[in-house]
Amino acid sequence: MSENIPGFATLAIHAGAQPDPATGARVTPIYQTTSFVFDDVDHAASLFGLQAFGNIYTRITNPTTAVLEERVAALEGGTAALAVASGHSAQLLAFHTLMQPGDNIVAANKLYGGSINQLNHSFKSFGWGVKWVDPTDMTSIEEAIDENTKAIFIESLANPGGVVTDVAKISAIARKHAVPLVVDNTMATPYLYRPIEHGADIVLHSLTKFMGGHGNSMGGVIVDGGSFDWSASGRYPLLSTPRPEYDGIVLHETFGNFAFAIACRVLGLRDLGPAISPMNAFMILTGIETLPLRMQRHCDNALAVAQYLKGHDKIAWVSYAGLEGDAYHELQQTYMPKGGGAVFTFGLKGGYDAGVSLVSNVQLFSHLANIGDTRSLIIHPASTTHRQLTDEQKTAAGAGPDVVRLSVGLEDAVDIIADLEQALAAH
Amino acid sequence: MLSPANAMDPMNHDSYPDSYIKAILDEVKTVAMVGASGNTVRPSYFVLKYMLSKGYEVWPINPGHAGKEILGQLTYASLNDLPQPPDMVDIFRNSDAAAKVVDDILASSRLPKVIWMQLTVRNEAAAQRAEDAGIKVVMDRCPKIEYGRLSGEIGWVGVNSRTLSSKRPALKSGYQHRGLKSGH
Repeated sequence: MSENIPGFATLAIHAGAQPDPATGARVTPIYQTTSFVFDDVDHAASLFGLQAFGNIYTRITNPTTAVLEERVAALEGGTAALAVASGHSAQLLAFHTLMQPGDNIVAANKLYGGSINQLNHSFKSFGWGVKWVDPTDMTSIEEAIDENTKAIFIESLANPGGVVTDVAKISAIARKHAVPLVVDNTMATPYLYRPIEHGADIVLHSLTKFMGGHGNSMGGVIVDGGSFDWSASGRYPLLSTPRPEYDGIVLHETFGNFAFAIACRVLGLRDLGPAISPMNAFMILTGIETLPLRMQRHCDNALAVAQYLKGHDKIAWVSYAGLEGDAYHELQQTYMPKGGGAVFTFGLKGGYDAGVSLVSNVQLFSHLANIGDTRSLIIHPASTTHRQLTDEQKTAAGAGPDVVRLSVGLEDAVDIIADLEQALAAH
Repeated sequence: MLSPANAMDPMNHDSYPDSYIKAILDEVKTVAMVGASGNTVRPSYFVLKYMLSKGYEVWPINPGHAGKEILGQLTYASLNDLPQPPDMVDIFRNSDAAAKVVDDILASSRLPKVIWMQLTVRNEAAAQRAEDAGIKVVMDRCPKIEYGRLSGEIGWVGVNSRTLSSKRPALKSGYQHRGLKSGH
């Protein structure tokens, strides 16, 4: 078994999980406990000093969460992972490990709106700058990198516009400048796109979306690609210099190619604290077992819905990389040939009022602000998430008055299409 | 499954089969640790402490510390001072210095079964000389990490062990409770 690399579906079910050593329970138990007893004083000292593998406190490690971590690391092809409370906290801890005050992140301007807010506002208060670039323009990325740039941050499949990012090209720039490439892989999942195979150094997820997949649990994860040399430049002192938090341990020399994941855990998570609950880890773990089945169905349904909308006389345009002729179809075929994901936008010829009518008249779609549920979801950004902006600002953000975003679920495609059909007929 | 160093196929030092590493960790009982440190935050101290906890006999080698104890183990000035040849020599020195250690071993009449070089330590030429003498070589790896990985214990900190098992792990006493041979 171990001499062959198991397939994705096998890893999605088995990676990280063995029967429980104490009880033989086959499904990973929910270790709903804050703390773990020490064998003796020396054992405690070894654990606190990072000299032994083991559990102290659920804010730092938990056996249920550890299974989730190893599973996502295996699916992404990373060396290790750290699961946390949300996708936002994954970003916080990853950048906390990379950044010092005065440093900057070169970030794609096509990111989830919540990430744009986090970088523009909250990170600014830590003294971390952001330089926005167009992820489809390699020159703009390269020109933005300066001596204080500590990371490049992109989404593999960008939310919500359906932009498939060329990770290999951007990773070549990152390597040239010895800066780690951080990729948010939430929208694609490793079933569709594995950024580490294309040169990403760190992969982040909101596990809340397609990974968990059932709209029931918040979670996030940081995956260490194991590829970046943290000591070469001396620019990542949390990894390359003796840490006073642990009597002078140098994390990179001690933990080698999974030092980044360890640093996020024993410095960032320990001190900042956004731990995932074991219950949520369990729910997400159960969701991941069916990830390959779900993602394929999400993609197949999304393609059918996109094709239907493209042929509808009330629809002005459809932006879905899975559609032939789409601007990102070629990159989709290269990087994620199994499908274009399940989230995309389209424009209504009837503009703002037609958008309001559509979200008001759907019966099967749920009108809410999430993606990656079993249920089909719909939102009209201009009347909800982006309503405070002027029309010009809305259009610039890809949330013009005519724009509707779908997260296509796992229902029968014929029913999803029928719901859109009747709701479009109402206006 | 254990591939002897002098077998037909040369060992690929970029990608060791798990069976190769596992056989070494199973077979070895005594380990001489060149560059062992008494400094409690050095990686060599971590590995020494961990290996002792797994039941290995570990002999620290450090001329500056000779005659003193690290974790209760008497430290020797050189490999030649050991009371008997170790099954494995674990090298905590840089890649250039590792070659000298290998050549000193080969010049002696007390060959270990295994020479192990720690993370970032790699010397292809020295490895070849050792393998020509019938010694198995591991480079750029850590026995603590490999033991933790192959036992499943390292998954406790979210590390990708790259192993799968549907067997119930055996509870064992000591620091940790997964035995290397359980479930795999």
